[in-house]
Amino acid sequence: MNTPLRRVSVGFMLLFFALLANITYVQAFQADELNARQDNRRVVLDEYSRERGPIIVADTPVARSVSTEDEFEYLRQYPEGPLYAHATGYYSFLFGRAAIERAENDVLAGTDDRLFVRRLVDLVTGREPRGGSVKLTLDPTAQGAAYDGLGDRKGAVVALDTTTGAILAMASTPTYDPNPLASHSLDEQQAAWDSLTTDPNRPMLNRAIAQTLPPGSVFKVVTSAAALESGRYTPETVVPGPAEYDLPQSTRTLPNQSGQPCGPGGETTLANALRISCNTAFAYIGNDLGDEALREQAERFGYNSQPLPEMNAATSVFPDELDEPQTALAAIGQFDVRATPLEIAMTSAAVANRGVLMRPYVVEEILGPDLAVIDQTQPSELSQAVSAETARDLTAMMVDVVENGTGGNAAIPGVPVAGKTGTAQSAPDRPPYAWFTSFAPADDPRVAVAVVIEETGENTDISGGRLAAPVARAVMEAVLGS
Amino acid sequence: MSEASDSLAPRRGRGIELALLLFAVAISAAAYVSVDIGALGRVPPNALGYFGGLAALAGLAHVVVRLRAPYADPTLLPLVVTLNGLGLAMIHRIDLAGASEEELAGGGIEAAAAPSQLTWMVVGVGLFVAVFLLVRDYRVLARFTYTAGFLGLFLLLLPLVPGLGREINGAQIWIRVGPLSFQPGEAAKIVLIVAFAGYLVRTRDALALAGRRVLGVDLPRARDLGPILVVWVTALAILVFQRDLGPSLLLFGIFVLMIYIATERVSWLVLGALLAVLGGLAANALFAHVQVRVQGWLDPFSDTDRFFQIVQSLYGLAYGGLLGTGLGQGRPDLVPFAQSDFIVSAFGEELGLTGLMAIIVAYGLLAARGFRTALVQRDPFGKLLAAGLAISLALQVFIVVGGVTRLIPLTGLTTPFLSQGGSSLVMNWVLVALLVRVSDATRRPTPPAPPTDEAVTQVVKL
Repeated sequence: MNTPLRRVSVGFMLLFFALLANITYVQAFQADELNARQDNRRVVLDEYSRERGPIIVADTPVARSVSTEDEFEYLRQYPEGPLYAHATGYYSFLFGRAAIERAENDVLAGTDDRLFVRRLVDLVTGREPRGGSVKLTLDPTAQGAAYDGLGDRKGAVVALDTTTGAILAMASTPTYDPNPLASHSLDEQQAAWDSLTTDPNRPMLNRAIAQTLPPGSVFKVVTSAAALESGRYTPETVVPGPAEYDLPQSTRTLPNQSGQPCGPGGETTLANALRISCNTAFAYIGNDLGDEALREQAERFGYNSQPLPEMNAATSVFPDELDEPQTALAAIGQFDVRATPLEIAMTSAAVANRGVLMRPYVVEEILGPDLAVIDQTQPSELSQAVSAETARDLTAMMVDVVENGTGGNAAIPGVPVAGKTGTAQSAPDRPPYAWFTSFAPADDPRVAVAVVIEETGENTDISGGRLAAPVARAVMEAVLGS
Repeated sequence: MSEASDSLAPRRGRGIELALLLFAVAISAAAYVSVDIGALGRVPPNALGYFGGLAALAGLAHVVVRLRAPYADPTLLPLVVTLNGLGLAMIHRIDLAGASEEELAGGGIEAAAAPSQLTWMVVGVGLFVAVFLLVRDYRVLARFTYTAGFLGLFLLLLPLVPGLGREINGAQIWIRVGPLSFQPGEAAKIVLIVAFAGYLVRTRDALALAGRRVLGVDLPRARDLGPILVVWVTALAILVFQRDLGPSLLLFGIFVLMIYIATERVSWLVLGALLAVLGGLAANALFAHVQVRVQGWLDPFSDTDRFFQIVQSLYGLAYGGLLGTGLGQGRPDLVPFAQSDFIVSAFGEELGLTGLMAIIVAYGLLAARGFRTALVQRDPFGKLLAAGLAISLALQVFIVVGGVTRLIPLTGLTTPFLSQGGSSLVMNWVLVALLVRVSDATRRPTPPAPPTDEAVTQVVKL
């Protein structure tokens, strides 16, 4: 009986090896995949039991973990609630994470590789591992001014440091309070989530970076840039500016908002066309340059590529394959051209920064649990959007817009401001969007701003200047004053 | 030590056993203490008492073995004590996870399972001792072949008796007498192994006779198919009426492997495999509870609510990773039935791949020593008995560990010695007692050698 006995015992030996191989596979190789699964409560509980690092704005935590007595051990709090909600995001047991809470989760949770040495130290010294801190670039005064300016209107503001690309203000209204979403009461989380997700105004949408709208006349800055860069235009070049522009290959016409020609004899200069936001002149220039040139210029300003991917920003679009009437419309920021307030601010910032477009960023520093700086965002160039010379011409033209044109509401006494108004129609049955973008001081730029207010009463550039420019002005003043 | 100096005297290994036992008790007590340190941050107040209690139990078992089975394999008992001790620590650990703040502060956990498991361990060691007192020579068991067979079947069917049987978690495998619940299946397993061994010793010559030859395999004669069919039908009956896949598979597996060893005919293995596949396919086609297990094995993440158990088990294992969270520091209570069916994933979580491997290797060693005993044993009954017991242990571990780690479909079986459950623990102690009993006979030097001056040793007197 020994032969079969030996075979049986060898058989069992193989089965046991199979057990060992299988647990090795599960625990060593499949483990990361299993630990990353959304429905894995264990990992979340573990995270909650750790002191999550704060998110800091100007030395003040805008998101922090406080110790509690219940099962989860730490409660995530947002002291300023709605003011920074779109930057911090939320940290919810049921609904996961958003914005910085999601993007910098590894740092905040303390699992980031850059915190490895500290984790090791914690392990040896037996201290509870803690998360690192994330310091944001936001400027509290600018952020406050942005929300005060927007008030209860639906809209968004982005302010950029023109020389670095740091985001100084990022506001989106209506906003929301992330605190109930982080509540340890699951019912409260659910109730908050239900009310936020069913709200037709979509308060959790970050309109500053995640929603594209037709930019309307603020896109004329890009068209002007393309014209100047072509070498065939100067600010003084005379262009046709009739009351109505006959769209090529079409029976339709494109009128000026005023219904008047842009200058005597239906002619004007490029600089004047921008100052009074002359549709017909820019439609003409658009067709003169062609869609290829417009697209190339737009892309150098950041269109058709995603900025701020860590925050899931939307990609602004300058469409492909345009025919002539479409090119004419695109040149004035209509048709399928779509931009986020972030993109509009980037455009102004590039003009302000002698034509150099900086990569926008919102995380300034990563700090260890001991507040030592672990990582610092280095400003980097995205592209040379226009030449320094073109930038200088554009700046002068945009200063003219504020000082003598549609953007008078953005003027700051004693500080030269460059700007451009815009009003855009998305659909005939919905109110147009009021836009404004600017930078200041024009002679030594520090801050660039884009403002959009989603609903205005009338479809004229006046509304962009009337509604959005004061908000931009307040934000610029906040940055320059601080 | 005196054995070592005399090369002719066989090594009994009792000293080694004692040293290993100390080690086993130390590991168990250390596990118990680290559970409390990990979960509560303090050394349990009863640590010394616990250590003393375990040491006393292990010492008692050791003394009985020393007196009654001096030549027994010295590794069996320490392995069993280690596993039992680790199981106690983990059950205690999951008690702590389920306890409220007040209970932890007040000291008493109302629904604690560890104290009753400890009580069952005492009963188990008691039965272990009883086996040595009652069964001086395992060969007497061969006399009870048919009695054991009927007793085994009777025990298997007992839970189906109305008023006596109870259904817990969907399986009708319990009986309740007064305040005590018991799984007679655990006892039936051992009784049936005795019966199989006795029966096969008598009939193996007939069963080995070749019938027709098909595809190079000598099939058994049709008239000899009776026993395997009886066991097969019994196994299916367990599956159908008690809705329990594990014991059914275990029982049939043990019988098929024993008949193969007894007859040395591969044809029995082929036949057994065919019948198992047939039964398995039919069960999968007919019973929803089997289908859930099979689907949960094939693709557990297709529906994490429906296959909640296996998915949670895998999460626990993954979370443990290579080194584990440390005892008392994971969340093994998130896995359902973490104290019983899924205790292996609790170990995988808190001790990691490393610790779980050690536990599996401990089982492997236990089974290997069992097979070794069977191989060396000359008496056919003893050989088959030891083989049956070793197979039962190894197969059960494979089925349950393979199930919770998704190597094979999940089936309801306890992990021997580790899992919470009195019936299982007590009966596994009996199983090991029998194995130790047989190993003593196996390793005992054959006395009949003509007495020479040198060969007269104390050993013979025993």
